[in-house]
Amino acid sequence: MELLVPEIGLVVFQTIAFLLLMFVLAKFAWKPVLAAIKEREHNIDEALNKAELAKQEMVRLAAQNEESMKEARAERDLMLKEAKTLKDSIVNEAKHQAHTEGAKLIEKARIEIENQKKAALAELKDQVSSLSIDIAERVLRNQLADKAKQQDFVAGLLKDIELN
Amino acid sequence: MDCSHVFDFKVNRLTLVFTLFLALFFVTPLLYAQEDTSKATVTAHAEPEAEKKFNLGKFALHHIADSHSWHVIGDTFIGLPVILYTQGGLVSFNSDEFHGDDEAKLVIERAGQRFVKLHEKIYYASETANAEGEYVELDANHHAKNARPLDFSVTKNVCTLLLSVVVMLLVFLNVANGYKKRKGKSPKGLQSWIEPLILFVRDDIARPNLGHKYERFMPYLLTVFFFIWFNNMLGLIPFLPGGANLTGNIAVTAVLAVITLIIVVTNGNKYYWKHIFTPDVPWWLYVVLVPVEIIGVFTKPIALAIRLFANITAGHILMLSLIGLIFVFNSVYVSVVSVPFALFIGAIELLVAFIQAFIFTMLSALFIGMAIEEHH
Repeated sequence: MELLVPEIGLVVFQTIAFLLLMFVLAKFAWKPVLAAIKEREHNIDEALNKAELAKQEMVRLAAQNEESMKEARAERDLMLKEAKTLKDSIVNEAKHQAHTEGAKLIEKARIEIENQKKAALAELKDQVSSLSIDIAERVLRNQLADKAKQQDFVAGLLKDIELN
Repeated sequence: MDCSHVFDFKVNRLTLVFTLFLALFFVTPLLYAQEDTSKATVTAHAEPEAEKKFNLGKFALHHIADSHSWHVIGDTFIGLPVILYTQGGLVSFNSDEFHGDDEAKLVIERAGQRFVKLHEKIYYASETANAEGEYVELDANHHAKNARPLDFSVTKNVCTLLLSVVVMLLVFLNVANGYKKRKGKSPKGLQSWIEPLILFVRDDIARPNLGHKYERFMPYLLTVFFFIWFNNMLGLIPFLPGGANLTGNIAVTAVLAVITLIIVVTNGNKYYWKHIFTPDVPWWLYVVLVPVEIIGVFTKPIALAIRLFANITAGHILMLSLIGLIFVFNSVYVSVVSVPFALFIGAIELLVAFIQAFIFTMLSALFIGMAIEEHH
């Protein structure tokens, strides 16, 4: 069949044209293009790897952050606790001190009151005694105003003395 | 990965395409049968009657064949240079000088030699015309017995070949330039259209078949893939600058297949040659096996050449036949069926254009891969 018989002219043209095309494209198209694609793929891979590493670093940092946060929180709690106990002890101490101080003051006041009372009583005694002497003097003066009465009284006194 | 449902879907479509191709094999013999009967009528009946009758086979075969002129529209043809290496040296003239004659009726004299054109082939003219005014001697099958000069004419196919080479150079040098301009950046424009195809050839054709040594063969695989694909597509354009059936021409596919063969043979390692000449079978089987293996070396590229040629030619014949049906029945109403169907086949041909480029490249890579494979 005629269709299956290659024509020499087309065979020659095809061979020359195709080989030329292949060599020109190989040198000026395929080589740079494939190299560029390869390089870009390499870059993309590298970038992805780097991103992955950065992600891991981030995770690590986040964990570290969390850890230090936890530590800080624990430390804060500890400090608060310490402060609380300190405060409690201070308050207690103050209370105690106030108590003893109050007790001391009360004791002092009591002693003072006692003293004052004693002084007042002593003075009262003095005054009572002087008043009674005064009264007694006045009564005596009054009673001994006339001579009869004086004699009665002396007689009575003498009588008492004799009785005693 | 579970893709079975996709596969089922594809299988259905492929079945459809395959059925159409099978249908083609039934159509093609019919075309030739028709051609034969019409030839019979030509010889049996008077000439004018035969010319009136539309010959679908001849029409289709004429359109897929190479030509010395390029049809533009109507009766307008572009004359192409005829370059002949004759017994008397190189002779060249414009094919216009035949004035549209394709029946060997017009003789052109150059350098003391006489040439005629019959069915787009140049012959040395006979001394005298035969009974039908043709300056050739015909045998019983209606083929010219005259000698032919070596024909290096720039035919329609050669023009398309050169055109496709120019187009490919423009496209791929532009793409390469894009990589230079946007170094390390994402592709743009033409570059982003071509890059997936380059990656497809590299990752789905070259790497799986050739292994880590794939880079050496990338220039050939890429060139052959894009050359076949571009020309398949150009061949589908029915008017200028397409219209030529370049990848449906056996000369073109044979050259490509021979290049694959040369690459296979020159790169074949010791395992490849050992497999051919001393296969791992009892020695007395060598008598059968070695010739079979040697034949196998050549059948692979022959199959490559025939497959591409047959697929593309078949597609063209099918399209032409569907359109030709309108003229066979001589009724415009046939176009209601044949035009949509031709459109449908045209869409399938777009697919076939890619698939055939893929298959040729794939099998070339496979054959090269078999030749360079390391056995451990």
